[in-house]
Amino acid sequence: FPGLADVSISQDIPVEGEITVPVGSHSPDEDYSTLDEPVKDTIMRDLKAVGKKFVHVMYPRKSSALLRDWDLWGPLVLCVSLALMLQGGSADSKDDGGPQFAEVFVIIWFGAVVITLNSKLLGGTISFFQSLCVLGYCVMPLTVAMVVCRLVLLASAGTISFIIRLIVVGAMFGWSTLASTAFLADSQPPNRKALVVYPIFLFYFVISWMILTFTPQ
Amino acid sequence: HRLSVMYLFAEFDDAANLLAANPDATTISIDEPVEIPENQHSRLQEPGREEDDELLGTDDSDKTELLAGQKKSAPFWTFEYYQTFFDVDTYQVLDRIKGSVFPVPGKNFVRLYIRSNPDLYGPFWICATLVFTIAVSGNLSNFFIHLGKPTYHYVPEFRKVSIAATTIYAYAWLVPLALWGFLMWRNSKVMNIVSYSFLEIVCVYGYSLFIYIPTAILWIIPQKVVRWVLVVFSLCLSGSVLVMTFWPAVRDDNRRIAVATVATILLLHALLSVGCLAYFFDAPELDIPAPIIPAHNGTTVVTKSH
Repeated sequence: FPGLADVSISQDIPVEGEITVPVGSHSPDEDYSTLDEPVKDTIMRDLKAVGKKFVHVMYPRKSSALLRDWDLWGPLVLCVSLALMLQGGSADSKDDGGPQFAEVFVIIWFGAVVITLNSKLLGGTISFFQSLCVLGYCVMPLTVAMVVCRLVLLASAGTISFIIRLIVVGAMFGWSTLASTAFLADSQPPNRKALVVYPIFLFYFVISWMILTFTPQ
Repeated sequence: HRLSVMYLFAEFDDAANLLAANPDATTISIDEPVEIPENQHSRLQEPGREEDDELLGTDDSDKTELLAGQKKSAPFWTFEYYQTFFDVDTYQVLDRIKGSVFPVPGKNFVRLYIRSNPDLYGPFWICATLVFTIAVSGNLSNFFIHLGKPTYHYVPEFRKVSIAATTIYAYAWLVPLALWGFLMWRNSKVMNIVSYSFLEIVCVYGYSLFIYIPTAILWIIPQKVVRWVLVVFSLCLSGSVLVMTFWPAVRDDNRRIAVATVATILLLHALLSVGCLAYFFDAPELDIPAPIIPAHNGTTVVTKSH
C-alpha cells in the first residue's frame, strides 16, 4: 500500500469515549422481585384483580380497567360453575336431556371466540383476549340467575316457580347483554354496531334458554 | 357519455340475441355488464327478456361498482383477506335480508343486492339464528302439544341443537359447493353469459334461508294445516329468489339440463324445510276416537284425545 506509507499513527493517542447501555428504570417492585414475595401476596393480587372486574360487571360503567388488564380466570370460574350447575337434569334417555358439561363449555368458549372473531372481522379495534375477557365476565349475571333458579326449584316446580324463573332469567339476560355491549360497543365502527351487538344478544339468549329449561330430577 | 353507454348496451343485447339464435358461435362471455340508470334502460327493454333486468341498479352510488374491482388483493393467509368478506354495513345487511324476503319478479338478487360484494356475515349468522330458532321452537311446540297429558315430563332435548346445526350448516355450504362445481362444469361446455363466484352462491343461499326463521317460530302453532301452508308459503318466497338467481345462469344451456338444475335446487330446498318440520316438531294430536270404555256406573264414555 504505497499511499499509506506516509500515514503514521502515534501510539499514545488515547482512545476515549463513553459507552452507555440504556438500562430500564427500576420501578419500586423490580427491586423486590415478585419471585420472593409470599405466595399469599401473589394469589391475593390476582384475586383482587378478578374481584374488581366482577364489581365492574355488576355496575357497568365504562371503565378501561376491565379492558386493559384482561384475565381469563373469572370467565373460567363462571363457565365451570355454570356447567356444573346445569348438570343433574332429568331425562328418560340421554338424548333428551339438558346440555352435558362439555356442551355448555364448548358453547360458551366457542361462542365467545366466534363473536370476538366476528367483531374483529367487521373492523373492531378491541384485542382478541380483551373481548373474550369481557364476554366471559358478563356471564356472571346469568350464573347468579342459575343459582336463583336452582334455589327456586328446590322449593317448588309449578307454574309460579316457572314465572319467577322466567322473570329472573329474563332480567339477568338483559343485564348481561347491556353490560357487555357497554364495554364492547365503543370499539366498533359506528355504522356496524348493530352487526356486532346482535351475535352477543344471540349468545346470551342461548345461555339463558339453557338455564330456563333446566328441569331437576 | 350516457349516449355511448346506451349504445354499448344495445350492442351487447344484439350480441346476446345473436348467441341465442346461433348457440354454436363462439363469443366472449362478458361477466359484468355496464350499469345504466333505470329510465333509459326501459326504452331498450326487449319483451320477454325480463331476466336481463339484472342490470337494473338501485340508488347506490356508482362508486361501489368502481371500487369492486379493487377488492380481495390480500394473500389468503393474512387477516385482511378475510376482512374483505365482512365489508358490509348494517343497512346493507338489512337491505339484503329485505331483498330475500320480498323478491321482486325479474330482479336478480345477486346483481341487485350483492353487486360484487358478497359477505359471509349474513349467511353465517342467519344459519346460526335458524339453528337455535328451530331447536327452541321445536322444544316449545312439543311442550305445548303434550302439556295436558299426565305422563308427560318436560325434557330440554338439547341433543337436537347439534343435529340442527349440522344439517343447516351442511346445507348452506355443501349445496352451494355442489351447485358451483356443476355450473363451472357446464360453463366449460356452454358459454354462459352469467356466471357466479362461489361466495355469491353461498351468499344467496344464506340470505334465502332467512324466511325460515319466522316460519320456524310460527310452526309452534299446533295445527297441521297452518304448518303446511307456512311450508308452501316460505318455499315460494325463498325458492323464487333462488330460481330468479340461477335461471339466467343455466338458461343458455340444454333445455332439459337447465330445467333439471332448477328443479333440483327447489327440491333440495323443499326437502330441508319439510325435513326440519318432520324431525323437530312433533305432529299435533289427531282426533282419533278412542275405544269405548265402560264406565263404572254402566254408561259408556267415549274419550277423544285432542
